[in-house]
Amino acid sequence: MKARIYVTLKPSVLDPQGKAIHHAVETIGYSGIEDVRQGKYFEVSLADGVSAAEAVATIERMAHDILANPVIEEYRVELDSES
Amino acid sequence: MKFGVVMFPGSNCDHDTYHVISKVIGQPVDFIWHRQSSVGDCDAVILPGGFSYGDYLRTGAIARFSPVMGAVKEFASRGGLVMGICNGFQILCEAGLLPGALLRNKNLKFICEHVNMRVEAADTPFTNRCQRGQVLSVPIAHGDGNYFCDEETLRELQRENRIIFRYSSKDGVLTETSNPNGSLDDIAGICNRERNVLGLMPHPERASEALLGSNDGRIIFYSLADTLAELAKAS
Repeated sequence: MKARIYVTLKPSVLDPQGKAIHHAVETIGYSGIEDVRQGKYFEVSLADGVSAAEAVATIERMAHDILANPVIEEYRVELDSES
Repeated sequence: MKFGVVMFPGSNCDHDTYHVISKVIGQPVDFIWHRQSSVGDCDAVILPGGFSYGDYLRTGAIARFSPVMGAVKEFASRGGLVMGICNGFQILCEAGLLPGALLRNKNLKFICEHVNMRVEAADTPFTNRCQRGQVLSVPIAHGDGNYFCDEETLRELQRENRIIFRYSSKDGVLTETSNPNGSLDDIAGICNRERNVLGLMPHPERASEALLGSNDGRIIFYSLADTLAELAKAS
């Protein structure tokens, strides 16, 4: 089982890296881009035998306590039981 | 009375800080390895600058789980004096000992230069030798020093007089150009509600000898030494 965790800055937090990327893509000639926000992506493989419920609980806790800093970031967790 | 300087893997201002405390201020000081689960007999603990754990994940995010941080938290909760410089400030925020977070600098650059910081409060164990409004010339060296917190926290910091240093001009005026990194409300350093935990981005240990261009920063170490001497006398 695999978990995917997306961590992004809260909308209220300025993202200078996203702004620089936005500016760059516009300079290169991409049009119609309204905003770019940069974030982090994690793939976590869970050990065999871990139930989906356990996995959700563990990954949620890990995302909240370590992978994201709730002061500035928010996160989204996806669980993929096929892989 | 004794100072302790914590060494994390990736700390790089630990020896500078040790040098200033032992040779410039002339106080006893020990290193505290990050695997230690106690701060020993230290009366003031300093988390030095550097790039603990390579700044992986977020600055200070992994260092906060070092065994020594449990001891530092416990020490701080008993009123022990804790000062985080640069990466140390970032670690204190990640550990929840100070509110807010340090974001990427507004201009995305790693900035290494002398800045001016205005002392906003002299009623702390770290600034008692300073005058309110005094301007100190101290270098910064960081890529993530852009202080951020939510509005409610900012109002609390202002109301409780917990913003201890602000970036300013050399005359003590707050201008857009005197803020090097985009920090909210020109914040260069803050303390906790109990005023025994301080975090600041500028490096006072790099400005404690005239030979290095400024010795303005040593007043912070002298203030701490005075505080410890008072505490020793009282006990």
